[in-house]
Amino acid sequence: MSAPGGFLDYGPDAIIMAGLTGSNWRLADYVARGGYSALRKILTERIPPTTVIGEVKRSALRGRGGAGFPTGLKWSFMPQQYQGDKYLVCNSDEGEPGTFKDRDILRYNPHVLIEGMAIAAYAMGCGRGYNYIHGEIWETYERAEEAVAEAYAAGFLGTDILGSGFSFLLHNHHGYGAYICGEETALLESLEGKKGQPRFKPPFPASFGLYGKPTTINNTETFAAVPWIINHGGEAFLNLGRPNNGGTKLFSVSGDVARPGNFEVPLGTPFATLLDMAGGMRDGRKLKACIPGGSSMPVLPGDVMMQTDMDYDSIAKAGSMLGSGAVIVMNDTRCMVKSLLRLSYFYYEESCGQCTPCREGTGWLWRVVDRIEHGQGRADDIDLLLSVSDNIAGRTICALGDAAALPVKSFIRHFRDEFQHHIDHRQCLVPAYI
Amino acid sequence: MTMLSPEALKKIDREVAKYPPGHRQSAVMSALAIAQDEKGWLAPETMDFVARYLGMPPVAVYEVATFYAMYNLAPTGRHKVTVCTNLPCALQGATRAAAQLKERLGIGFGETTPDGAITLREGECMGACGDAPVLLVDNKRMCSSMTPDRLDALVDELKAVGGADGK
Repeated sequence: MSAPGGFLDYGPDAIIMAGLTGSNWRLADYVARGGYSALRKILTERIPPTTVIGEVKRSALRGRGGAGFPTGLKWSFMPQQYQGDKYLVCNSDEGEPGTFKDRDILRYNPHVLIEGMAIAAYAMGCGRGYNYIHGEIWETYERAEEAVAEAYAAGFLGTDILGSGFSFLLHNHHGYGAYICGEETALLESLEGKKGQPRFKPPFPASFGLYGKPTTINNTETFAAVPWIINHGGEAFLNLGRPNNGGTKLFSVSGDVARPGNFEVPLGTPFATLLDMAGGMRDGRKLKACIPGGSSMPVLPGDVMMQTDMDYDSIAKAGSMLGSGAVIVMNDTRCMVKSLLRLSYFYYEESCGQCTPCREGTGWLWRVVDRIEHGQGRADDIDLLLSVSDNIAGRTICALGDAAALPVKSFIRHFRDEFQHHIDHRQCLVPAYI
Repeated sequence: MTMLSPEALKKIDREVAKYPPGHRQSAVMSALAIAQDEKGWLAPETMDFVARYLGMPPVAVYEVATFYAMYNLAPTGRHKVTVCTNLPCALQGATRAAAQLKERLGIGFGETTPDGAITLREGECMGACGDAPVLLVDNKRMCSSMTPDRLDALVDELKAVGGADGK
């Protein structure tokens, strides 16, 4: 991941991750590369909050955590006239298998997130904010703690920021091992000191969020894009990508590539280009399949991926979703039954147990895939998997149910012959496997 | 009543101060992590102490401790090693790494070596898939790109040194 000159190489078009060496994460380094100028500009010129939100809307920035919801629109849902406490929450609970981009923002450029959150807090009138960080990346959490302390000391956080009268108190909160807390209402429950079980929506967080108060939750990368948008204008950000798909996006490329890693590319970049950036296929093997948006999104055959561009609308058209931007690449030695088995176990393990279809269904899916993989599959097992999936998806409080069902349905849709072979011949179709 | 050290309480107070007045419960996850760092695991009396300290019903603390995977609800070896075996890591050698650890330690997932040095666990996504094989030592130290040689060196190191509590 390193380039000449000691810079980390996120690609030539990186904006959030440009100019990073891995060690220049401190506030002084960030200020030296122009950091906190967007916040300073907004506060000193007293730019109206609605203007800030308008700029974010113009940028076509969409949520980078998985859902791709338009950020400016989400911000406009917050009640502007509300007189009580309002909260801003950053979702850094990055645990979607294949995703490891927010960790790089937090450890290599934490102040871009802090500045983005301060701007967002100003735009929505939030006095307090929390950054919920995945518990497994403890060293990164400690760095985020140091960065926040630096920002308080320099007057970019706290009361009366830069003499503007605007106050914003930001703190980090760590998780401790629960995938479900990446779901925004489970995350709020967890922030309140409870087990992370999702809330029924509506009411949505903008009206009933943290401690029952209006709250906006965005992903780390979403906030990290905001300073650039304010500095260069929403139009310029939009023009980096494609209509309705503004800006650059960090893609985490993992699996059977020569150089797994994060790459920040303009939305609309061809998958083939991204694959090249990751060094191509490891050992020169053939691309068999790819999950383009994190383990919860449908898998696509390799030849479909090679024709697909990496933006929300193009990937949706190809039959999957951009999700969190986690690109899991699989080569021609991979058994799709065994691959699905590991994912199905994950959703079974991580189901919070609140909704019956998910609590029971994820275990059922796992056990059926397990028996197919181990030569015990029954003739009607494929139909059974599809039926169980259909009876989970759309019938639960949160999207984990859908996330468990989508891989099953897509693996069967595109690789049904492998499942059938396992059932008919009690052995694997591919020559080698993981 | 099992007390925590003054240092641990100071750390918990620092966490409590992050939240608005009246919301001490928000600090329960960090308080339990701090208590676990000191005690090695969360005995019922430790959880009861945290409950009293934060003004929560004990059952609300048990709910949290049992919900999140990184809390130890029973004593572990001097070190806990958690290996991610999820699909992206598996594609990059995690299955091999897990097998090597099991063979070298002579134990399976969820077990502790007879000398009490290491408890081995299977983990879920740690958000570091690009660095696979990835494992966590004692929840807080992430070890990346674990080749066979690096795994052997890590086991040697963990077998040789005591845990944070000097056991």
